[in-house]
Amino acid sequence: MYDGGKILAGLAAFLALALFPFWEPAVGGRVARPEPKIVTAEKRCVRPKAEMRQSHMELLVSWRDSVVRQGQRSYRDPEGKAVTMSLEGTCMRCHPNKAEFCDSCHTALVVAPTCWECHIEPKERA
Amino acid sequence: MLEKALVGSRGYWRWVTFLLGVIALGVVFYLRQFSSGLGITGLSRDVTWGFYIAQFTFLVGVAASAVMVVLPYYLHDWKVFGKITILGEFLAIASVAMCVLFIFVDMGQPTRVVNILLYPSPHSLMFWDMIVLNGYLVLNVVISHVTLGAERQGVPPPRWIKPVILLSIPWAISIHTVTAFLYSGLAARPFWLTAVLGPRFLASAFSSGPALLILVCLLLRKLTKFDAGEEPIRKLAVIVTYAMSINVFFVLMELFTALYSDIPEHVSHFQYLFLGLSGHATLVPWMWTAEALAVLALVLLLNPRTRKRHGTLVVACLAVFASIWIEKGLAMVVTGFIPTPLGKVASYVPTAPELLIAAGVYAVGLLLITLLYKIALSVRGEVAT
Amino acid sequence: MGDDRRSFLRRAGWGLACLAGAGSATELAGAFLRTEEETGGGKRLGMVVDLVACAREEGCTKCVEACNAVHNVPSLRDPGHAVKWIWKERFPDAFPDQEAENVLETVTEKPAVVLCNHCDNPPCARVCPTEATWKRPDGIVMMDWHRCIGCRYCMAACPYGSRSFNWVDPRPGLARPSPDYPTRTKGVVEKCTFCDERVDAGEPPACVAACPARAMAFGDLSDPKSEVRRLLRSRFALRRKAALGTRPSVYYLV
Repeated sequence: MYDGGKILAGLAAFLALALFPFWEPAVGGRVARPEPKIVTAEKRCVRPKAEMRQSHMELLVSWRDSVVRQGQRSYRDPEGKAVTMSLEGTCMRCHPNKAEFCDSCHTALVVAPTCWECHIEPKERA
Repeated sequence: MLEKALVGSRGYWRWVTFLLGVIALGVVFYLRQFSSGLGITGLSRDVTWGFYIAQFTFLVGVAASAVMVVLPYYLHDWKVFGKITILGEFLAIASVAMCVLFIFVDMGQPTRVVNILLYPSPHSLMFWDMIVLNGYLVLNVVISHVTLGAERQGVPPPRWIKPVILLSIPWAISIHTVTAFLYSGLAARPFWLTAVLGPRFLASAFSSGPALLILVCLLLRKLTKFDAGEEPIRKLAVIVTYAMSINVFFVLMELFTALYSDIPEHVSHFQYLFLGLSGHATLVPWMWTAEALAVLALVLLLNPRTRKRHGTLVVACLAVFASIWIEKGLAMVVTGFIPTPLGKVASYVPTAPELLIAAGVYAVGLLLITLLYKIALSVRGEVAT
Repeated sequence: MGDDRRSFLRRAGWGLACLAGAGSATELAGAFLRTEEETGGGKRLGMVVDLVACAREEGCTKCVEACNAVHNVPSLRDPGHAVKWIWKERFPDAFPDQEAENVLETVTEKPAVVLCNHCDNPPCARVCPTEATWKRPDGIVMMDWHRCIGCRYCMAACPYGSRSFNWVDPRPGLARPSPDYPTRTKGVVEKCTFCDERVDAGEPPACVAACPARAMAFGDLSDPKSEVRRLLRSRFALRRKAALGTRPSVYYLV
């Protein structure tokens, strides 16, 4: 192999950089797990809490497509109750504390959902 | 093969550094456009496509023109073009790359551009344009890579590449036809709603592209040891002459139909172009310049003496290229929007950031051409010492 | 035996290929040749604007204000960046194909209220490369602002200038945004949606509800007993640029 040393050194540097998220906690200590503060008006969510925690984004996307593209605005929750599919009107009415409810996790995980570029967050409500 | 682009003279590196500088400037202004929106361009609710889309349209023509060296060489066995087909193919690659970039910088939501692939819509001509442009890019990359690779090894190219090359000929026609269809299928825009738009696009492409190739060949003869020879330049000049004559003929056809029929919504666009409308006359001096250049070019090209003399041929080729750039790269797109469907005469002038972003895209294209030509000439051992 | 199987497989393969080819061919043909009958559910929502009644309320912009407030339509300083869902145009500009010189001055010399025509054969939907705009089965030409890539092909294709692009962030142009409706983001196209959110809830569009002259009516154009059809029977009506074959669903009584 020509320039074998240089190639291997380059590869090692690349791997070190690419695997940064995996070795960083070991060196820098464990990162605190974000704990969203859940305030609710209703007793029960439209899906079980564990499911919402893991895949609320998929539910939001399917609600979005159903409302915008099919004009279908009503959702049946597991117990048969009809819920209006609306981010502002249903989700955020029940969880009005966006900063603690949405942002605490999203910021910690460095995800940037674009919802609020258009949808109006509760604190902006008069 | 790519390593050939990494060694070069001082002049080569100075040129590459200059282009990288222009690209960096373009990127800086694109980031500004990305964060604040397309509002930093001169576009408006009335003129919704402008300089970017016009450059895209013009460059599709340059890309398609590679067929004017490939077709005579492979279909008619014009051996004299053997040396320059690779130049045509590399020009096509760089042009298509610029086309794609110009479309990209024109998008309002560039991060969503994959939606074109996620929700393919065959009823939209933009879907087909995406397919033909990317297909053309792939075809030219494969063809040039395989033929140049064979040349480097000193062996004839593999047999399977011949049908691929033959496919690239109708494909080149298709990229400019489909691009014309983007415009000519819109009932809302009488200026573009003409069956001659596609043929006109092809005629203007087949004059401006080969004119550029002549200039490139003469420039390479000055800067490098590459010499295309006299014969291919003469043949290219004949192609330019025919294509430019046909192009001017098509323009006159359009003018006749619009002006003699005297339908207001057809006349008004030409009025805006050549005389100005309601005090708006941004394009008028440009259009008369384009027409004067077209006449000058035809005079020099149709006369065999001036067509053969390099001094006058260069002037003719520059005139053809500039005339068609004004026609397609400035006038054709914008005038479709003026006057608007609501009868408003709007005005559009590209802004400085818009022009700098466009300059950045052109610099990417020039850099690609530089690197690719450098590779081709290095493989043939024709680089200047 | 082996030969038989091989030829069977070959034939089956060709058959499958042909089937697939025919299937995609019909799909393609269907995409190109949308027929008039293909308006699912038999419903076709439309609007009738009484130009005479509208003209009586000189200078009235109640419908425009109502729409702008409900849908967070911004008012931006640069007129080139303006976003419009419903607005007033000079009659000869709204109806350039009507020979309006000296004709019925009570209508042709007054402004006409214009909005998206929700065409039955919408050219904007035909050219959209992502199906971000399309015709709903009930005839509303909808927009999906989540999907729009901002290529503005629809704006080039609309013969009515009914589409607006967000050249800049619209939020600064909204003093008090309505919390019940999203704003848009920079880089997407928008237009009137016939108040799909109100129509789905059984209410008339905001402009119709706000009109003090009761000059606008909304309903199902395919139902002969609907109010819009009753109005269309009562007087002569125009559609904008009818010769283009877009079949607008907004009619204007003259």
